[in-house]
Amino acid sequence: MAIAAAINGKPMVFTADPETPLLWAIREDLGLTGTKFGCGIAACGACSVHVDGVITRSCSITVGDVAGKEITTIEGLASEGKPSALQAAWIEHQVPQCGYCQSGQIMAATALLTSNPRPSDADIDAVMTNICRCGTYTRIRAAIHSVAGSA
Amino acid sequence: MMGMKRRAFLIGGAAVVGGGIFAIKWADSSAASAAKDLISGKGESAFSAWLKIAEDDSVTLYSPHADIGQGSNTGLAQMLAEELDADWSKVNVVQAPAEGGFANVGLGRGFLGDMTGSPGMVDAMPESLLSFIARAMPLQITGGSSALRFTGQKTMQVVGAATRLALVETAAKRLGVPVTELMTADSKVLHTKSGKALRYGELAAEAAERNLSDEPKLKDRKDYKLIGKPVPRLDIPAKVNGSIKYGMDVALPDMRVATIMAAPIRGGKLVSVDPAPAMAVKGVEKVIKLDSAVAVVAKGYWPAIQGLRALSPKFSDGGNGAISTASIFAAHDALRKAGKPNSKAGDGDVDAGMKAAGAKIVEAGFRVPFLHHAMMEPFALTAHYKDGKLDIWGGMQDPLATKMAAAKFAGLSASDVTFHPMVSGGSFGRRLPMYVEIVEQVTTLAMQLPYPVKLIWSREEEVQQGAYRPQSSAQLKAAIGADGKIAAYQNDYAQPVDIEGEATFIYDLPAVSRRLYKHVSNQTTGSWRSVNSTQHGFYNECFMDELAAAAGTDPVEFRRKHLKAESRHLAVLDEVARRSGWGTALPEGIGRGIAVVEAFKTIVAQVVEASVGEDGTPKIHRVFAVVDCGTTVNPVNAENQIQGGIIMGLSTAMGESITLENGAVLQSNFSDYPILKMAAAPASIDVHFIESGAEMGGLGEPGVPPAAPALANALFAVTGKRTRQLPISKTFLRDVPQADARS
Repeated sequence: MAIAAAINGKPMVFTADPETPLLWAIREDLGLTGTKFGCGIAACGACSVHVDGVITRSCSITVGDVAGKEITTIEGLASEGKPSALQAAWIEHQVPQCGYCQSGQIMAATALLTSNPRPSDADIDAVMTNICRCGTYTRIRAAIHSVAGSA
Repeated sequence: MMGMKRRAFLIGGAAVVGGGIFAIKWADSSAASAAKDLISGKGESAFSAWLKIAEDDSVTLYSPHADIGQGSNTGLAQMLAEELDADWSKVNVVQAPAEGGFANVGLGRGFLGDMTGSPGMVDAMPESLLSFIARAMPLQITGGSSALRFTGQKTMQVVGAATRLALVETAAKRLGVPVTELMTADSKVLHTKSGKALRYGELAAEAAERNLSDEPKLKDRKDYKLIGKPVPRLDIPAKVNGSIKYGMDVALPDMRVATIMAAPIRGGKLVSVDPAPAMAVKGVEKVIKLDSAVAVVAKGYWPAIQGLRALSPKFSDGGNGAISTASIFAAHDALRKAGKPNSKAGDGDVDAGMKAAGAKIVEAGFRVPFLHHAMMEPFALTAHYKDGKLDIWGGMQDPLATKMAAAKFAGLSASDVTFHPMVSGGSFGRRLPMYVEIVEQVTTLAMQLPYPVKLIWSREEEVQQGAYRPQSSAQLKAAIGADGKIAAYQNDYAQPVDIEGEATFIYDLPAVSRRLYKHVSNQTTGSWRSVNSTQHGFYNECFMDELAAAAGTDPVEFRRKHLKAESRHLAVLDEVARRSGWGTALPEGIGRGIAVVEAFKTIVAQVVEASVGEDGTPKIHRVFAVVDCGTTVNPVNAENQIQGGIIMGLSTAMGESITLENGAVLQSNFSDYPILKMAAAPASIDVHFIESGAEMGGLGEPGVPPAAPALANALFAVTGKRTRQLPISKTFLRDVPQADARS
């Protein structure tokens, strides 16, 4: 049973079993490996994507759950080869160390700024619950503020 | 991130320190030229196993260090390009192949120097011998905060300078002018008299035929254009758009995915397993029994993990079924009580100091748990055995040793094994091949499968089968004399290994004793970021705070009294006190704590400002750090390393603990092994570097150790209660008499 959805603006058909977590269908069937596996229980956020614009931990929803929906992954943030404003801020602030969690961090920050263009520190704390073992939180916060213009 | 002790043992074990070492010859002199052949394409010239210059002037550095997130490859490139006078925009870095010709001579030189305490002796060794040592080890290690201080200084700068010289000599010959009339800049050799300029790209092929000087003159620090500059890290653009490939991301035609469960009680073996429930899962192809684990091979990770979870394997307990966190601490205490230490170190007469008339005796016991590395990328190695050759892909801290290990497990010669290094999603000491099972596991699977197989460890497997920072305890005792100074200091500690040569004791005291009561449990313990400096930094710096209180002296002033005048330690301490406003008033309920630790030749002092919430949860407000690592190569990345280290140290103090019951680990994922998140991290971390110009120290690790004791000391300032056990207990801090608050 094939499930139709849109990934990064393009129509796509999932051939995976509908019970497969979206994460593994994105990574193994579509080959979009920018979305990361970290814990498998929605605790770390490395697998975060947008489903109809809503930040979602893709390890914990299934392919069946996203039928007919619009999915955006880290690979879909750039437009015409140019990084998004947040991606550019991540480079400017030299945020990543190992980088493994950063796809998820950027997806979470992108969703935050879409719904709340000028977040306070408390707003950031409430939403940015992804784990970064390298401890880049100070720079993540600064990068978000720089794009929000509220630093 | 490996302990000096273990390295020293490895090197010592190869019997290269002592008589007859100069007789050892570099038996395989073709290795370096083979390495050159490996990286040279058409129109490109390789100067050594480290460096390639192409006709279009592009410079490629082959780094022997793995990118585990620490950014050292950009730093190494800065050091090379500095001495080469290369155009930075044309410099790129790739990780060196896991081949003998790329073994890390500079690293061997650095570690030998560290170990012997006599760099002069090491410098007297012929380069060929060092290369032999490096390849015999085999040294392609990333660890010990060593990349820039050893590889950078001892290899990259030297190779850059020697290559520059070869280019200049080639230009001199071509232009018919003396070398002294030439200068270099931006990847060009310039002859100012005639206005002629030759690009490195057009000189490279001919220059590569020259012998490189062993001892080229290096630049004066004042002439540095790249070292010390915050150039952007080369790897970051690919880390913000999802394009960089980690070991987890390897995809090969026809590849299968496997996942695995090892005996939950370490030391146990697989007794039996019925494969049927896994085979019933759609997509599962095989259940493979290993000696102490069972693996499921499937079309993808999801069927593999579903298949694994459907199994009910029986494992033996290896005789370890009674081991628990409590039994380990009880064993530590029993060993101390028995009073027969396995090793002793220190200076002065501690017994006399303890018995001195009027001495005030202070004692305290400290305990810390096993710690999990929690690298964000769980282990994932891919292997393919075909036509007698084995290929392995993944992120490891020592590619060359990984290849050697895989060859051993496969029963192949090293020349039939190729390791393809991938970027690592964190490591912190986790990816050293001597402490991991996955190399053997994936090799064993690949040898019996006709297609490539990617073995992915679940987070649960990663948490429960770690190479942990050891569970450790220490009983500290000191005598404070009538002058208010420490007369004697004793650390009776219990853990698997001794700390000598690694965890540096910074205070200048008349009598110090360190005694190891060796205790090994069934758990695998390895190098955890900063290794023994984490727990011993916690012990010593918390205890110094207790001694300060007992002496009735301010914690900073008390430390000052026990550090040598004019020392770098004192300068770091004073600077952090100044920057943090030590001694000035803070808002009510907030206290300050301080700690100073030296690790990997870098001195770090931190002041933490913290308070305690109503439920007993500590709140960390701000952190100030002052660092003396001699010289910073890239200040932005250096700051990043220290900030990240501080957050990791605070995270351990706030909640990280691997505990055992019935021989097995109780934790299984981030749900019960909590990592500090943004909301709990300090909003501000002020990092300042003292550019002392002293011998270069490491930066990947030394930010970690002072954070936990500085936090514990700040909580004492607020609550009057001493945290002597990590992680910090909320119930311990709750119901604290606020009247005891100090500031």
